[in-house]
Amino acid sequence: MRPCLQQSAQPLAALADATRREILDALSSRGEATATVLADDVPVSRQAIVKHLAILDAAGLVRGRKQGREVRYGLVPLRLEAVARCLADVATEWDRRLLALKRIAEAAEVRRRR
Amino acid sequence: MAEDRIEREIVINAPVQRVWEVLTSEEEMPAWFSGATATVDLRPGGEIVFHWAEHGTFHARVERVEPPHLLVYRWSLLPDEEPDTGNATRVEFALSAEGAGTRLRVVETGFAGLSGDEQRRLRHLASNRQGWDAALAGLQAHAGAAGGASSAGEQGRTGSVQPTRPT
Repeated sequence: MRPCLQQSAQPLAALADATRREILDALSSRGEATATVLADDVPVSRQAIVKHLAILDAAGLVRGRKQGREVRYGLVPLRLEAVARCLADVATEWDRRLLALKRIAEAAEVRRRR
Repeated sequence: MAEDRIEREIVINAPVQRVWEVLTSEEEMPAWFSGATATVDLRPGGEIVFHWAEHGTFHARVERVEPPHLLVYRWSLLPDEEPDTGNATRVEFALSAEGAGTRLRVVETGFAGLSGDEQRRLRHLASNRQGWDAALAGLQAHAGAAGGASSAGEQGRTGSVQPTRPT
């Protein structure tokens, strides 16, 4: 049931951290950046940035490529979009359920009043 | 994007008690809860079990129940599993009177709360399932092309197939 949630679990866990969301924002603005550059944008140490990038990479939200001694990271926008779409689908399913429940409850109430 | 929370609400022209009865009724469940049949034990610690022919059986554990205003349960993301902190989301239904009617709110949280082991297992499961679904789809197409009798309606699985998207 709701299989997209299974695939979204790891990126959602990655997104649950405010610093990681800031890193994604910074990457969105810059396009690509190294941990050193990101440490200017995000108020944590470069070491912390490296750890966060590893989590984001494992979740498929960023991708790194080696350039010299550093790794340049960029967003994987399709992954983020897939997660957003998944949550939107789950929300839509709840809307359907609530509407169906509404119809049943209101019909039952109409019958009761007759 | 709210990463870990979905919140939806609706106003219903029926009293709170009526809405509560429909919400918690085994008989009414298939008509509104995505076609699931269910057994409902509405006590704290009680079990709610949802069953879909095409998706399987999903277990939920009641955490709080305050009739007719509040129902909270945790339910497993995967079939045939007891919900615990690593594999389940939390669902809360809150009912409040609004005039002669009812405001019903549902909040589902905990999508991000899966444990590392659980995430690996789920990815493995998801990738397996995609592999099987693709293989089965291929077989069905082949059977169809060869004049097989399978009908589109037999894809009762379609609800559970996640189309493979480039990621």
